[in-house]
Amino acid sequence: MISQVFILTTSGDHLIYKDCILVTTILHKGMHFVHVKQGGLYWAASTKSNPSPFTVIEFLNRLAALTKDYCGSLSEKSVRMNFALIYELLDEMVDYGYIQTTSTDMLKNFIQTETMSSKPFSLFELGNVGLFGAETQQSKVAPSAATSRPLMFTRGDQGGNEIFVDVIERLSVIIGSNGVVMKADIEGEIRVKCYLPGCSEMRIGLNEELSIGKSQLRGYGMAVRMDECSFHQAVKLDEFDAYRILKICPSQGEQTVMQYQLCDDLPCAPPFRLFPTVERDIGNRYEVEEMVTYSNYCHFCVALNVSVTLPIPKGSVSLSQELSSPDQSAELQSKNKALQWDIPRFPGGAQLSALFKLEVPGLSSASLQEVGPVSLCFELPKHTCTGLQVRFLRLTPTQPGSSQRWVRYVTHSDSYTIRI
Amino acid sequence: MPYFGSEETVKELKRALSNPNIQSDRLRYRNYIFRVIRSMTQGLDVSALFMEMVKASATVDIVQKKLVYLYMCTYASLKPDLVLLAINTLRKDCADPNPMVRGLALRNMCNLRMPGITEYIQQPIMTGLRDKAPYVRRVAVLGCAKMQRLQTLTEIDATIVNELYGMLRDPDPVVMVNCLRALEEILQAEGGVVINKPIAHHLLNRLKDLDSWAQSEVLTFLLRYRPRSEDELFDILSLLDGFLQSGHTPVLAATLRLFLQLAAEHPAVQVDALVRARGPLLNACGAQSRELRFAGLCHVQKILKSQPGQYGAHYKRFFCSYSEPSYIKFRKIEILVELVNDENVGLVLEELRGYCTDVSLELAQAAIAAIGRIGRMYSEKCLDILTGLLGLKQEHITSAVVQTFRDLTWHCPQSTVLVCRAVEGCEETIQDAEGKQALLWLLGVHGGKINSAPYVLEGYINGLKSEMSSAVKVELLTAAVQLFLVRPAEMQDMLGRLLQYCIEEESDMCVRDRAILSYRLLQCGVAETRRVIQGPESDPSMGVIIGRPEEPVSNWVSTFNTLTPLCGRVTSPEPTTSGCTNHTTQNVVADPLAGTSEETEVYTPEDKQGVIGMSLGPTLLHEDFERLWLELKLSLRENLGFPGPRSSPETLQAALQLVKMQTLAFSRADTLPWKAYIYTHCSGTLVLAELLQPTAEPESDGMVLSIKQKPEDRQVLQEFVAVLKTVLQTLIKGTS
Repeated sequence: MISQVFILTTSGDHLIYKDCILVTTILHKGMHFVHVKQGGLYWAASTKSNPSPFTVIEFLNRLAALTKDYCGSLSEKSVRMNFALIYELLDEMVDYGYIQTTSTDMLKNFIQTETMSSKPFSLFELGNVGLFGAETQQSKVAPSAATSRPLMFTRGDQGGNEIFVDVIERLSVIIGSNGVVMKADIEGEIRVKCYLPGCSEMRIGLNEELSIGKSQLRGYGMAVRMDECSFHQAVKLDEFDAYRILKICPSQGEQTVMQYQLCDDLPCAPPFRLFPTVERDIGNRYEVEEMVTYSNYCHFCVALNVSVTLPIPKGSVSLSQELSSPDQSAELQSKNKALQWDIPRFPGGAQLSALFKLEVPGLSSASLQEVGPVSLCFELPKHTCTGLQVRFLRLTPTQPGSSQRWVRYVTHSDSYTIRI
Repeated sequence: MPYFGSEETVKELKRALSNPNIQSDRLRYRNYIFRVIRSMTQGLDVSALFMEMVKASATVDIVQKKLVYLYMCTYASLKPDLVLLAINTLRKDCADPNPMVRGLALRNMCNLRMPGITEYIQQPIMTGLRDKAPYVRRVAVLGCAKMQRLQTLTEIDATIVNELYGMLRDPDPVVMVNCLRALEEILQAEGGVVINKPIAHHLLNRLKDLDSWAQSEVLTFLLRYRPRSEDELFDILSLLDGFLQSGHTPVLAATLRLFLQLAAEHPAVQVDALVRARGPLLNACGAQSRELRFAGLCHVQKILKSQPGQYGAHYKRFFCSYSEPSYIKFRKIEILVELVNDENVGLVLEELRGYCTDVSLELAQAAIAAIGRIGRMYSEKCLDILTGLLGLKQEHITSAVVQTFRDLTWHCPQSTVLVCRAVEGCEETIQDAEGKQALLWLLGVHGGKINSAPYVLEGYINGLKSEMSSAVKVELLTAAVQLFLVRPAEMQDMLGRLLQYCIEEESDMCVRDRAILSYRLLQCGVAETRRVIQGPESDPSMGVIIGRPEEPVSNWVSTFNTLTPLCGRVTSPEPTTSGCTNHTTQNVVADPLAGTSEETEVYTPEDKQGVIGMSLGPTLLHEDFERLWLELKLSLRENLGFPGPRSSPETLQAALQLVKMQTLAFSRADTLPWKAYIYTHCSGTLVLAELLQPTAEPESDGMVLSIKQKPEDRQVLQEFVAVLKTVLQTLIKGTS
């Protein structure tokens, strides 16, 4: 049972404070505070009983997700502007500390306050380019800012006919110093963001040759495999076993329809390879590192915001670099004893190399042990490592007018480590 | 934040809200109410506007109504007389044709905090319970609980309780769950809502209609129910089976706890449930939400206490990711230590080795300590890594490694030789007090095996004036006296200087007293000093090598899926890094054997589970074993007729521990002749045994078993030999 719900800024200011069970003063003793951090804000709940931590954490995450659905984006500003809306949400979600409902379908009947946007909706809103990057705005690709827009429930005026299906995979990979893939886990999900006001049923067709579980026969090697998968409560699976079709009546807002995992057995080569050479220069002052990276995905994909971080010996003083193109950059972060190499665009099937020369006074052969492991951060749109694809997306009844259906794929690096 | 000038703000808002021009303009009026609520959230006292806000509540605009109600609930306790003005509007709203308005009014009316409100809300609540809209019924049911809380002293209203029990059959799932919640609150003094058989089965059947929040809550209520028969129990378990695979973590955790608690009498069912829930729990440990990850990890840690083998194959899931916050990384390191086994130890150590050079000092030190703890089982591999780390010559790493070394020699005496070789030359790199203490402890206890020990101590004694930490000084005193007993010629002069300085110039009383104590002790003569100062060099029980015994599930299941597992200490739970002087003092026992003969009958309950009543305790020190071995006559010598097992000595030790035989010492796996010394307490006698493998050819004579016993008991002896043979033969089968 939750006693209070707060939304706080990082500096501790209250943005939202709701007292659920009639306690005016905060009792610190015997009280538990559970918080999650999302969108640069703390979402906190206090409780006097000893509830399930999973429930409280998931509730706060859900609150943040709903706030994002209703306000468009999560930031101090959007929460400040829409505080009345959030109070209204909380009022319906929690009564007397008990969770009543968090489903968008139920809530939309009760939420009356209109969303306040900081400015009229614009495709090129810079603050929102994060996820998919402005680069992908080609003719057939959904604009990146399209989903950071509040749901407009009552009015169907402004492009309210869209549905987005995102296949998102998070990759955690460890590649050993000999180039052998030591660990490769994929956590994937299919996320639907729906703006359609009335949609009775949607059918999502996945690859027909999809096999689940380690034991199943693999066919001719082209099959898409996953170890485990789980579905949203509302998904109907009667056609899943035979045709790999998911049926769902999407409610407005964002929801995760399916989650899946694949462990230790990548169907394709890992997207990046790195071949570093580390040498000690004469005079015990310099260390030379050469890094060559290859990308292993198809040519029409471009990885964005790739950043390579390499831990370096303590006491490194300066860095000189030779990079293969001018848009790349590299810097020495002495505080983190690391070297960061940023590559804004990394096309598929390419090879990039860089040469770094570090000045380290009193360099010993032992300090070379401090170099590595390299970690990579990237996002790779239009690519899934499992090969999962959405074959088709059908809405019934067929929407009058122009309903727009978007399918997007993206692979993120959760943790991508290459040992030296 | 407008902490300053708040009075002006309130005045301005008051003026605006009572301005008829603004009141007639809906949007402007609402905007001012917005401003009031915003100020309220920011912590400004706007209670002075209560009158104006009450007026604003009489409106058809639902948004404005909601805001005003929010305001009223916050300040009602400050302005009880003015609240009465609003009651009328609220009661009128409770009869509104729109169910949303009815529910809203009823909910907020119950939230008003003021004395005497009950007489106004009782009637609307009772009407609300019979409302045809489920939304209003939900509010009314919780309203009953709120009303009970407002009038704490009065009797529980039996009609309401009966009404609520009846409404558990309400078609709306949320109404049903709210009834449970309300009853729980109202009947708190009587132990909460009663879950009898019909209610339990009703709840179980409705489980599928509920949303996931309600599911996990109902599952928690069901913990209270005890099935009458085995059949009923298994019916319930099979009904719940699907929820063990739920993708929604709260439901999964609640189901797992219910399973474990219901099946308390059936350990096999518990194990099966834990296996089935493993996949979803691992997913929670890799969830996108960091906080969920943390909660998942904490619960996995609990499960590992009972089922350490279950997650061994999934060790890679617990490798730290580059971007994770440190509280997650610490938990993951702890888990990695716990799930190490013969197959994964190499890769786990390699991963941990990577963390040792991390930029975060705490993480690096935690990783080094973790390697040390793994070293108690796999000492050679870990010693290689730790010795390699010393080559980096970094202060914090060297300090952590030396502290780990100290604990390692204590728990795992066979590592002493390598440690003594490795610590030479470390003293220059160590700067912090903890590291120095650990190094000094090693020099004192194992100084005989470290060539440079006196010179290192001399360095410390010469630099005594600049030493800040008194703990280091105390440790230095102990080490110097201990080393003096072993290498008197080199130590005499500097010990004298050290004692003189500490007694005459030291200002810290603790250090001074310790110096005086040492001085007086030395005055009693060397033999006496040796008797007092020199204790055992390693942990006499050596039980840690085997790892902790598996805890029964019932030890932690009552806190599973609560906040308790999350509140534990994040740092390493091993207390060994502190107060190393304890090691030397706590074991100064005059005659430990005096205890062994008397206490043999005093078994702890868990010891009784051993075969033919063998037990591990009380522990026997090395020297006592040696003395007894020389004293006693040989009771039995037998050629076992088969060679020694090829498995590692650690495996042998673990296997013997299972049948309650303690291995005191053994030679390394590849040496010949190979020997092992074993003892056990059994039906009042102490059995000592030696296993000897004289030659390399496995086809030859086989192992020779010699047994000595005190006091003699033939029957026990035969049983002991039988058990030992079975263990050895099983091991041979397992490895060939």
